[in-house]
Amino acid sequence: MTVNGSPRTLFEKVWSAHTVRDQSEDTPAVLYIDLHLVHEVTSPQAFSMLRERGLEVRRPDLTIGTMDHSTPTTPRNELGIIPIADAMAAKQLDVFSKNCDDYGIPMYALGGEHQGIVHVIGPEKGLTQPGMTIVCGDSHTSTHGAFGALAFGIGTSEVGHVLATQTLLQNKPKTMAVNVEGRLGDGVTAKDIILAIIAKIGIGGGTGHVFEYRGDAIRGLSMEGRMTVCNMSIEGGARAGMVAPDDTTFEYISGRRHAPSGADWDAALELWRELPTDDGAIFDQEITIRADELSPMITYGTNPGMGMPITAAVPMPADEADYNKKIALEKALNYMELAPGQRLLGKAIDVVFIGSCTNSRISDLRQAADFVRGRKVADGVRMMVVPGSQPVKQQAESEGLDEIFRAAGAEWREAGCSMCIAMNGDQLQPGQYAVSTSNRNFEGRQGKGGRTFLASPLTAAASAIAGVVTDPRAIMSSTL
Amino acid sequence: MDKLSHIEGSVVAIPVNDIDTDQIIPARFLKVTDKDGLGKAAFCDWRYVEDGETPNPDFILNNPAYQGASVLVAGDNFGCGSSREHAPWALLGAGFKAVISTDFADIFRNNALKNGLLPIIVDRDTQQQLFSLAEEDPSTSVSVDVEAQTLTLPDGRAVAFPLDGFSKFCLLNGVDQLGYLLALDDEVSAFEASNPQRVVTTA
Repeated sequence: MTVNGSPRTLFEKVWSAHTVRDQSEDTPAVLYIDLHLVHEVTSPQAFSMLRERGLEVRRPDLTIGTMDHSTPTTPRNELGIIPIADAMAAKQLDVFSKNCDDYGIPMYALGGEHQGIVHVIGPEKGLTQPGMTIVCGDSHTSTHGAFGALAFGIGTSEVGHVLATQTLLQNKPKTMAVNVEGRLGDGVTAKDIILAIIAKIGIGGGTGHVFEYRGDAIRGLSMEGRMTVCNMSIEGGARAGMVAPDDTTFEYISGRRHAPSGADWDAALELWRELPTDDGAIFDQEITIRADELSPMITYGTNPGMGMPITAAVPMPADEADYNKKIALEKALNYMELAPGQRLLGKAIDVVFIGSCTNSRISDLRQAADFVRGRKVADGVRMMVVPGSQPVKQQAESEGLDEIFRAAGAEWREAGCSMCIAMNGDQLQPGQYAVSTSNRNFEGRQGKGGRTFLASPLTAAASAIAGVVTDPRAIMSSTL
Repeated sequence: MDKLSHIEGSVVAIPVNDIDTDQIIPARFLKVTDKDGLGKAAFCDWRYVEDGETPNPDFILNNPAYQGASVLVAGDNFGCGSSREHAPWALLGAGFKAVISTDFADIFRNNALKNGLLPIIVDRDTQQQLFSLAEEDPSTSVSVDVEAQTLTLPDGRAVAFPLDGFSKFCLLNGVDQLGYLLALDDEVSAFEASNPQRVVTTA
């Protein structure tokens, strides 16, 4: 699909198919939005704005709501209801419910059969499809780019713009090809790929860019692995990350609730097959990493760019030439109470969190369950497993994964964002160390004073069993 | 949104790189349904000791000499992380009108501009000069001319900063972007008529 013979990237094809009005010297482009995902935390002020100005939601049929951020993940009561102990959260959820009702927006309510983390339910329901523009008042909207959609997080003012007009004003971003070549080794996963990319480029490395993840290691990932990679694009500063759709993509979508069917499916497939970047298309930047050289990754600091192979030692501020970066590293190690040059392997931990829009899908839970099957979570370690959605929870339970986790001494919870954002009472205590499959290790992110090591579900599960930061390959080889 | 054409204000520096939105306002304050009162939560975990109420005397924003500062100069890559617009709401609530850094995360910059909080991108030397000046003399003031896109330092040096034309128009005239989009209703309808709907969430 070239125009005037000039090859185009996947991003350019999706962008140009959605410009209601092109960018000019005076104004940004006006971009049409195919799907708007809303949740309770970043939408209330946008709905208030609509009311103040007497505006309607232009396309409730392109909008879907779910409750996820401030929702409890504690067990249901005898009536099958998940009680909400926090009055502010309860009010926020009530307001959200009323807003969706008033404007005719379908919404998955807490505890309902479809409810879950916004970036889990979109793909799960077949709402996320190749070539679409998708936005949400949440920075991890980049997740949906795994399907070859242009998907990015927006602020609450922009949530209001999309509700009212189904469009957004956007300056055209630049593109960066992120090539991941070669084959992943055993125990190395999609999470390790993205942590390695962010460690390489830094957390501001992708600012102003849309990533396209390419290469045989990306092609070899499942859709859930691709979602994990795209999810953390924002942690590299990119608002969006994309993967060209292929048979893996189409197979995942086929048969889902909102997927096209019959003749519509055939027509969609024809369009989707034209989306991949044309040979010879130019990216503004390009980087390459070797998958076969990757180890399981772990973060040691207070942003996702402060990551390293799990076998490595924490870097020394003295080795950092850039003054600002040196100060940042000192500050991070001080917060984490880690010494320069220290190894993390063997470091005692208090909590393991398996969940979040990064790693709460069924394949993540299966990987973790395989590790803990027949084993016990170490004494003194709290392991929380929080499925990304009610359907993921039901699937896991039908496979008996909940029993495996419970038997090992882990907590099996209701679906939601939980300890990734720690708004709902699921949080670290001051000073605690966690190995977490979530996406951010910022100071206090998982609870004030808490300290987060970001890692894959495999590394998290291995560490839960050992009670210390553990290379999953060590446990894998011991079982052979 | 109020019109914003000039800023005259004293400077306070937080010379920390990669200040993320969880530091600007921790997630536990996002359970609100309006925008008001978030100023007291700005930089909460740095600003108060463990009880969350007693000011931490070591944090610069609690230093009496810097009270009333309206221009924040920060380390590189300010505002990374979450898309929460509560971050600019909290900074505005804490009295800031502009933030100066070498770079801003995309979503934060967009959110700030939509609320009349001016993100000013400067070169590394200017950033370091402001860190030093603010530390040495808490009365250090700068002035900002939005129309001319200049930041004037105490020594009279005017530093140009980038600002897209549309955001500038909105700031100078005190209008938000929604009015522009609403006026395109016919164009949007024409787009919808010629492009098939991809999914139907209500089905």
